Amino acid sequence: MIAMRKILGLCLLVPAFSLHAADLDTVEQRALPCLPCHGKEGRAGPDGYYPRIAGKPAKYLLNQLVNFRDGRRYFPMMNYLAERQPDAYLAELAEYFSSQQLPYDSVSSEGVPEATLARGKVLAKDGDKSTDLPACSACHGDNLLGALPAVPGLLGVSRSYLDAQLAAWRTGLRHAKAPDCMATIAKKLTPADIEAVTGWLATQAVPEGAGPQKSVPSPQPVECGSIS
Amino acid sequence: MKLRITLWVVLLCLVAAGALLFWPRDHEAGTAPASASTAQSNPMSRGRALVTLGNCEGCHTARGGPPFAGGRSIATGFGTFFSPNITQYGIGSWSAEDFWNALHKGYAPGGKLLYPTFPYTNFTKISRADADAMFAYLKTVPAVPVANREHRLKFPYNQRWLLAVWRGLFFTRGVYEADVQHDAQWNRGAYLVQGVAHCSACHEARNALGAVRSKDNPSGGLVLSWYAPSLSVATEAGVQAWSETDIVQLLRAGVVNGEHQGYTFGPMAEVVFESLQHTDVADLQAIAVYLKSLPPAEARPVASRVGLAPSAIPIIMNTGQQVYKDNCARCHGDNGEAGTHAPALKNSRMVNMNPAIDGIRMVLYGGYAPGTELNPRPFGMPPFYPTLSAEQIASVLTYIRGSWGNASPPILPDDVEAGMTGPLW
Repeated sequence: MIAMRKILGLCLLVPAFSLHAADLDTVEQRALPCLPCHGKEGRAGPDGYYPRIAGKPAKYLLNQLVNFRDGRRYFPMMNYLAERQPDAYLAELAEYFSSQQLPYDSVSSEGVPEATLARGKVLAKDGDKSTDLPACSACHGDNLLGALPAVPGLLGVSRSYLDAQLAAWRTGLRHAKAPDCMATIAKKLTPADIEAVTGWLATQAVPEGAGPQKSVPSPQPVECGSIS
Repeated sequence: MKLRITLWVVLLCLVAAGALLFWPRDHEAGTAPASASTAQSNPMSRGRALVTLGNCEGCHTARGGPPFAGGRSIATGFGTFFSPNITQYGIGSWSAEDFWNALHKGYAPGGKLLYPTFPYTNFTKISRADADAMFAYLKTVPAVPVANREHRLKFPYNQRWLLAVWRGLFFTRGVYEADVQHDAQWNRGAYLVQGVAHCSACHEARNALGAVRSKDNPSGGLVLSWYAPSLSVATEAGVQAWSETDIVQLLRAGVVNGEHQGYTFGPMAEVVFESLQHTDVADLQAIAVYLKSLPPAEARPVASRVGLAPSAIPIIMNTGQQVYKDNCARCHGDNGEAGTHAPALKNSRMVNMNPAIDGIRMVLYGGYAPGTELNPRPFGMPPFYPTLSAEQIASVLTYIRGSWGNASPPILPDDVEAGMTGPLW
């Protein structure tokens, strides 16, 4: 009787194993826990906060995963998912999302005052020489879609996410490897300038097929620990 | 709360004098059952191995902070504890005797009584020679100047002197004594499990005053927002029926898909990652032999659910089935059978366990198994709190716990909401 049950058990188990095991041993399968927040294939989140990770430079994504794992960035869900994972595995996940080339959602600047948009554009493209503030494009690329290997794009992420990141840098909640250039820059920005620059960045359309520059623009206006 | 305070007062009156009179005395240094591993023959490597198996670094390191420099917060029902700095900055002035007093007797230099969040109730089993080896290894950890943080405890637990009473009631010091009924390997396993590995600190129930009291109550422990299942109960984490190979694989890799299936998550994933995967296989085998020999106990009876009409169950099951089809079946299989990439839910111990907090937290927050040397690319469970409501999560858990031969009580949305507190781990 017991032997019969065992055989029956085996018959039930074998098809299940052969059906799933092989074709699910992939990086896509391993990346599934990222999708509830970052959206299908890392495109964008369901509630507009979580940033798009598809197509961002792989080294940037890896730096962030390591920062979350090691406590330089703080977001409990990300700290929890990245902890106890080796660099090589985090790099594999970063490569996967970096290689996703997906169209960006359309955006609208409706509701953002003209003056705010104008000031934001100036800050993003030219900076503010009176306070020694470099333009975003000086590091994040002329098209603001980042620069390889490790500078992220600034378009295609929500305004609330951009606001939160600048605020986190100002208050010391977000860190990058020293010298932490974005901390310096965020502390120079006034609340009105943050509103302007994120208001403009979050409402810029991204042309199809556009991506990060091949290298970081030179010379760099500030020293950065995590630019390459 | 009132009950706890009254308890304290009564205990105070009855026991304070008695505790002082019968203060346990021992000058026994003890002999540790030797490791079968030759790698531990010199004291420094033995000290390092014991410090690793005790996962001292795990509690004594803040996230991203310097190793052993302390500052990690441990949330408990009594308040929040902050682990102290045990680099040479923190304990550089200690002697080997001081270290022994902390491990074996539970007090720091100057007679300062230690809270049992530092598991000296287990460490008292460690032999003097092994304690000295651990101390010698910690001497090599360079000083990192990080100041200790005061614990933030509620009254009356912030009254450190009350620990004298607590100790009188719940702490018996004494090194491990070999059981001649068993062989050297079993004794080595028992010495490690009861002592430096301090498994019971999580895997056994604590009473209202935070003392491990599992003899009257064979149950796992609710700690750090998770339920650490009982190692005695076959339907929880008992491994009496497992092969030694499967047990050792689970402890080293964090995941096993052998004759038995097992996954580690939450605090246990940390123990595997930081500690067990680096432990000598000979010692893990000894641990497996000992764990297999634990006397089996029955799971605690489950209280029936109040507030759920029997007629509601089919409706909840229906909703749950739909949620399962849409969110779970792709990985866990149409009938919870799964494969190597995801645990089977049919006959799963975590799924059927009571309290059900672990299953609830897995659905809420997901998580990866630890990325160990033997399993460096673990699969993970997605968090569902961003996309499913408490009602949906309760119904899918009720469906899973009532399907394919699983026969565990339903989960209510309130249970799911109760699982949303506490730190992720």
